[in-house]
This record gives sequence, C-alpha cells and structure tokens, in this order.
Amino acid sequence: MTQLDYILQQIVNAVSLGSLYALVAVGLSIVFGVLKLTNFAHGDVMMVGAFGVALLVGIGVPFPVAVICGIAAAAVAGFLIERIAYRPIRDAPDVARLLTSLAVTYIIENVGILVFTSSPRNFPLPDILNTSWEMSNGAITFTSINLLTIALTFVSLLLLGWFITRTTTGLGMRAAAEDMSAAHLVGLNVNRLIIVAFIVASAYAGLAGILWAAQAGVVQPQMGFTPLLKAFVAAIIGGFGSIAGALVGGYILGALEIFIVAFLPSSVSSYRDAIVFAVLIAFLLVRPGGLLQPNREIKL
Amino acid sequence: MATPSPVLLSVENLEVNFGAVRALKGISLDVHAGEVVALVGANGAGKSTTLRTISGLSRPRGGKIIFDGKPIGGIAPSRIVTLGIAQSPEGRRLFGGLTVADNLRLGACTRTDKEAIVRDSERMFMLFPILKQRLKQLAGTLSGGEQQQLALARALMAAPRLLLLDEPSLGVAPLLVRHIFSALAELKRQGMTMLLVEQNITLALDLADRAYVLRTGQVALSGRSAELRDSERVAQAYLGAAT
Repeated sequence: MTQLDYILQQIVNAVSLGSLYALVAVGLSIVFGVLKLTNFAHGDVMMVGAFGVALLVGIGVPFPVAVICGIAAAAVAGFLIERIAYRPIRDAPDVARLLTSLAVTYIIENVGILVFTSSPRNFPLPDILNTSWEMSNGAITFTSINLLTIALTFVSLLLLGWFITRTTTGLGMRAAAEDMSAAHLVGLNVNRLIIVAFIVASAYAGLAGILWAAQAGVVQPQMGFTPLLKAFVAAIIGGFGSIAGALVGGYILGALEIFIVAFLPSSVSSYRDAIVFAVLIAFLLVRPGGLLQPNREIKL
Repeated sequence: MATPSPVLLSVENLEVNFGAVRALKGISLDVHAGEVVALVGANGAGKSTTLRTISGLSRPRGGKIIFDGKPIGGIAPSRIVTLGIAQSPEGRRLFGGLTVADNLRLGACTRTDKEAIVRDSERMFMLFPILKQRLKQLAGTLSGGEQQQLALARALMAAPRLLLLDEPSLGVAPLLVRHIFSALAELKRQGMTMLLVEQNITLALDLADRAYVLRTGQVALSGRSAELRDSERVAQAYLGAAT
C-alpha cells in the first residue's frame, strides 16, 4: 500500500464519519436556532429511528421501507417531545429548560432499557450494504454502507439547503433564529416554525441514527449519547445555532478524529477523545462563537 | 380642513406593565384612516411600548385596542399583521444573515396574493431604488440608512392598512434621513395611515397631521401638528430639549 493510497483511505473514512457528525449537529443547530435550547434528547431521537428500523426489518418489512418508517418515527418522536416536554416550559428560565432537556433524555433512555434491555442487539443490514469495494488493487476499501452514508448525507443536506434558502418556512426558521421579536413583527407564525424545526431536526436525527447503527452493526438504548456529544462539539466548532456551521464543524471533527488515529503514533492517538475535547476548549476560549460566527457570544 | 375620515385605530385607556413597573398608565389615542399621527416625548415616556402593544408583542394589562372596529388587544402578533398592522421597529431589527430579497419576502409572509406581492416589491424599488441594487446582499452588510429603508420596505410588504414606525431616523445619516422622510411623505400622499414615533420633533411634526405628547406613560398633550409646533413653550416643557 502506497502512502497516497493510505491517505485516500483515511479521507474516505473521514468524510464518512464527518457526514454522520454533520447530520446530527445540523439537527441540534436547527432546534437551538429557534428555541435557544440545547436539545439533549436529540441523541435519543436517533435511537428511536435506529430501533424502528431494527424492529420493522425483524418482522419482515423490506429495508428501504423500514428506513423511511424509521425516519418518520423519529420525526414523530421529535414532535411529541416538543409538544409534551418543551412547549409548557418555553418561557421558563434557561436552567429549567436545560434540566428538562436532560430529563427527557433520561426518561427516553430508561424506557428504552425497560423495553429492550440495555444489551446491544444486531442491526439487520441487507447483504448488498455489507459488501466492500476496493480501489488500487485493494489498497483502498470502503463498504457500501460508507458510500450510502456519504451519498444520503449529501442528498439530505442539499435538500436542507434548498429548504432554508428557498422556502418561506425555511427562511422563517432562520429569521426566528436571528431575531424572535422581529419574526413576530413580520407576521411569522413562530409556534408553527418551532414545530417544523423539531420535525425536520428529528428526521435528520432519525437518518443519522439509522446510519450510525448500520456502521456499528448494533442498536441499543443508550446509543445516542456518544454521537450527541460529538455533534455538540462539532456544532460549537462550527458556530452553535448556525446550520452551515454545524455542517463545517461535523466534517472538521470527523477528519480530526480519523487523522489523529491514522497519522499520529499510537501512544498519542489513544488520547483521541482528550485531544478532541482540548480542541473544543481551545475554541471556547479563543473563538467562542465558532468558525462561522466569530463575534457572537453563545449561551447554552 | 377635510371632512373627518373614519377611525382606523382607537386605543382606549391602555395600561401595560413591565414586571412591577407600570409603563403605560392609561393612554388613549385615535388614528383616522389616511392620517399620519406622531407620538412624541422624552425617552421612557412609553412611545415604543405603545407600538409594541399594538403589534401584540406586549400584553395590555388594561384598556382596549380597537382596529377597524375589532378589539385586537392581546392577540397573537402574526394575526395582527394579517389584520393589517405592520411595524418597522426601533433599531430596524432586520434579519442580518438573510439577503435583502429574503427580508422583503418575509415581510410578505402573511400574504398569498403572488401577483400583488410582485407589484408591491416593484413599488418598493420605486420608493427605495437602492434596495434593487442590493437585493442579493446580506441585510447586515447594508449601511444604517439602507437598513432603515429596508426595514420600512419590509413592513410595507405586508400591505398594511396601518403602518407603525418606531424611530425611523435613529442611526441614519442626516442626508438619508431627509430621503427617508420624503419617502414617508410620498406614502402619506398615497393615502397610507401611519402612527409615527420619532425623537426628532421637527421631522415628526412636519410629517404628521396630529401628534400626542407622552410623558411617563400618559398623554400629556395632543393636538394638530401646526399648533404644537408653534407652542414652543409646551414643547420645551414636555420634551426637555430644543430641536
């Protein structure tokens, strides 16, 4: 294997991982934008999507249909979370809102453990997605699920780009994220925007959860925690609340993690997560608004 | 003078609290169709609060707001825009990360009449030609004067029957202030009804037919602009500053 092949292989891995982080981070940013709330339950919505697919495939539903249903189930979960947990405390102090968000996380995870137990179960992937592809005589390999992850991320993010720049609802979501009272004054129905934001963000979380489980090969009730934490880091690096920032942050974080392991000696790379969080702290100190929002202070 | 036109907006004994502080202590005012009415007074007199409450951003604690015969006190801001009241707020409050075109588009977000929206944006470009050149630019990158023009245009895109203006001259270079007020005069000629809050009393009284002088949450004085302008002593007393 040549040096170049090795680098190309790592780039493929970085784009694949970065895509997952970007998908999760984008949803976090959408909700934070309109509600100024860090939705910790976002990771559990991923779990709902992944479990939906696992259960449906288990009873014989074809995989693509199960994926669509899984995404829909995640969207419904997000809708219900907003309706039941967040709407009643929308005007409450930040601390109360943050604690509610954490409480929702624990409730969903523990219900998941009660129903499914905390032991991981197999995520059923059709054979076609388990095959791997080779380039340069086997020097670069990637699995179909890697390719699917990258392709679906690109398509869904293009769709999101269209939504937030071309539709009145999407523009309204960005407007409300910038200035809530101005959004009221132009006559935007802010309540409706918040509902749409949760549905869209949760659908993206559902897709991310399905792809995450497909790559890991297993699903379990606490599976959302790690990606949520990583997406949180990605969103802060990019600029919390900015959708473009979440995207950029996701890919930067994916690349950072893969390259630390790929190019640094193992004595250093075993501290991968420590290095990632050191980068996070550095960002919070030097550029708290993130890469794309240099002058904005954020409050979590 | 002309025969009196029907009352479009009627505020009766409006009271608004901010926490424990009574910001408005029973304000009453009328705006007739086609009329320009100014609210003047020192900082903290309750001018902006009056406009915010009419727009539905603050809830009245007491009193009535009647628009076109219907009570609108305390209903949702988006419904108030749909009924025909748009506001160009203090400090402009544009969506800075969105383009000029998108800001105008959101100004019309309560409307569904596509052709009329296109016609109205053409009207905006006649009134504020600079906006046509800046369409693709982010609103946050415009100069203060350009931003103020965009804020006015955004409010007008709602096709309001009553336009609320909060400090349209604030943070705008003097030359552009003249330009903005001549645009407002043009709107007045076209028959637009306006309720104007403006620190610059000369500008306000030149444009308005009538004015209310507010002091600490109450109407201290009201009358025709010409009369108020001439009573130098009264203006001095209530505004505390010569203009």
